[in-house]
Amino acid sequence: MKKSKAFWVFSVLALVIYAVVQGLISVGILDLYYQNILVQMCINIMLAVSLHIIIGITGQFSIGHAGFMAVGAYFSAIATMKLGLPLPVGLLIGAGVAALAGLLVGIPTLRLKGDYLAIATLGFAEIIRIIFLNVDYVGGAAGMVITNMTTWTYAFVSVVITILVIANFTNSRHGRAAISIREDEIASDAMGINTTYYKVVAFAIGSLFAGLAGGIFAHNFFIIQPTTFGFLKSFDILIYVVLGGLGSLSGAAIAAIFLTIVSSYLAEYPETRMIIYSLVLIIVMLYRPSGLMGTKEITSLFKFGKKGGSQK
Amino acid sequence: MTEKKTLKRFASVFLASSLIVGALAGCSSNEGTSSTGGSSSSAGESSDVIKIGANLELSGAVASYGSSIKDGAELAIEEINAAGGIDGKQIEFVPVDNKSESAEATNAAIKLATQDKVTAMIAPATSGNAIATAQIANQYKIPTVTASGTAPNVTENEDGTINDFVFRTCFIDPFQGIVAANFASNELEAKNVAIYADNASDYAKGLAASFKEQIEANGGTVVAEEAYVADDTDFKSTLTRIKSANPDFIFIPGYYEEVGLIVKQARELGIEAPLMGADGWDSPTLVELAGAEALNNTFITNHYSSEDPEETIQGFVEAFNAKFSESPNAFHALGYDTVFFIKDAIERAGSTDGEAIQKALAETENLSLITGTFSVDEKHNPVKSATVLEYVDGVQEFNSKVNP
Repeated sequence: MKKSKAFWVFSVLALVIYAVVQGLISVGILDLYYQNILVQMCINIMLAVSLHIIIGITGQFSIGHAGFMAVGAYFSAIATMKLGLPLPVGLLIGAGVAALAGLLVGIPTLRLKGDYLAIATLGFAEIIRIIFLNVDYVGGAAGMVITNMTTWTYAFVSVVITILVIANFTNSRHGRAAISIREDEIASDAMGINTTYYKVVAFAIGSLFAGLAGGIFAHNFFIIQPTTFGFLKSFDILIYVVLGGLGSLSGAAIAAIFLTIVSSYLAEYPETRMIIYSLVLIIVMLYRPSGLMGTKEITSLFKFGKKGGSQK
Repeated sequence: MTEKKTLKRFASVFLASSLIVGALAGCSSNEGTSSTGGSSSSAGESSDVIKIGANLELSGAVASYGSSIKDGAELAIEEINAAGGIDGKQIEFVPVDNKSESAEATNAAIKLATQDKVTAMIAPATSGNAIATAQIANQYKIPTVTASGTAPNVTENEDGTINDFVFRTCFIDPFQGIVAANFASNELEAKNVAIYADNASDYAKGLAASFKEQIEANGGTVVAEEAYVADDTDFKSTLTRIKSANPDFIFIPGYYEEVGLIVKQARELGIEAPLMGADGWDSPTLVELAGAEALNNTFITNHYSSEDPEETIQGFVEAFNAKFSESPNAFHALGYDTVFFIKDAIERAGSTDGEAIQKALAETENLSLITGTFSVDEKHNPVKSATVLEYVDGVQEFNSKVNP
């Protein structure tokens, strides 16, 4: 009951947001500049939320998320630019191949823990990048030129799907199993939970949506180059998740929105841009060490007085 | 207890929302000022200001390229404004940072096109980032000139169509290979040449291919063709192979990190033949890596030389020195030239209309600038001379200018 109510509230809210933005675009108040920021926001939310399911929910420290994004970006671009398929099909192919890559990487590496897993995922992302760097079919180091096909609608629909799937996964039996792995892997193993299975599933879902985000990204920015998906990109995504609060989906989304706005606002001050950006991160981390939202969700904040089940 | 918890919740909601509201307010107030600023300027002073945007790498991996172009462009704009501007209109310079990332380059181009409503744009310094702005330039009909994006596909798409609103001030990669080949055949009278190219960069592969084609057309023979990969450090076995082929000239397109070591090891192995490269060699680090002595009898092609005795160039070097107290490099000169290239087109177009300027840019003929006199060809590339420099005891000396 409660869950389905949240689902409907979210759906209505999403529709309202979409209608308002679409209205503003059609009246001409939001020109391409703001539309582009909105699309970027959507991409960053997808990346943040898809990493959130791996780090925040399942507690597996992956720092190679840009690698899956690259897979999604390149394969969707190959589908649309080289094979001439329509964009939705391209996005599906990109996301599918990214999920497959997630499975392939996840099965051997998720037996590792903590730092070891982090290093293995980082290594994977670099391998992906170097492969694309050396394949002439996708342009090598010079990159692949892509026609702009993403619209705000594509980006928004993708975000809604991403959030719905991941929120539902988290609230399901599988999600609770994943959370138990985050809390104590040995204990959950002892309880009869197939920890490797759940870790791989969470990893594959995360990769799937990272691939989707990559597809939207590729078709919004005219050119994709292997350097775009370097490990700094992985850290950008990691920052969204940590800043939002490890374990909070809405936190990850809010942090992604917040940092996208900060970043585009600061474009006018090139000299001090990175200093201010970093200062914002440091200040937030000093005053909110557990992130903007901690492990809470934005919905839990409206239930005052009810049983305080969601403290840390 | 519960009150405390509630308080905490309130605090976190407040903090989170205030951060977002603050950011949004900053964003929207910015929108307000920039849009009112834009409208007032278009209403009141649009007639006496021409906005030129610059979408450059001011931070990130190749920040030195972007900042150099910005410095050069600033000097040019200062000079133009001091001399009365373009048709009496002052130039307003709007630099935007693209963090050396292609996605950010797109964002910056969109911002310049829709928020600042610039008349013309200076496109990013590297080819990939410049390509990321091409579709925006075409869509908003804003003439865009890259100072140093040398890859052919910046102006020409894969299917052979031309990006109408994209131009460049620099020559393209293959041209340097042709110049090097002609220099080898005509000046050094080389017959048997070797090529040793970086296999990991499109830049080096492109140069090697065009060099080979031209040298064979000139009647030379390629006796050895070897490759290395960026980040290699030991080149001796390959160099021994090259030595045994006994070439009288070796072409080494690549970047200075590896080239420095290659030159050093080649001389250690007793290879005395002249070595030659392109603008990728142009860095003070090269001299440190190779050593001044090993670099004797090596040549590079470049966009310009601050040692060039020509009067206009020396005037530019002096003016640059006075403003920034350093000697201008090729990027400074290209940034400077890009502004004058745009200025010339706006003057000839006689208006600030994007399509008129585009037409004027495409029709540019025999425009004399610091990095050479050029005309724009049908692929929007300038046909201009390259400068050949020789290393003498670790210092670049002007050797000659090679015309296409």
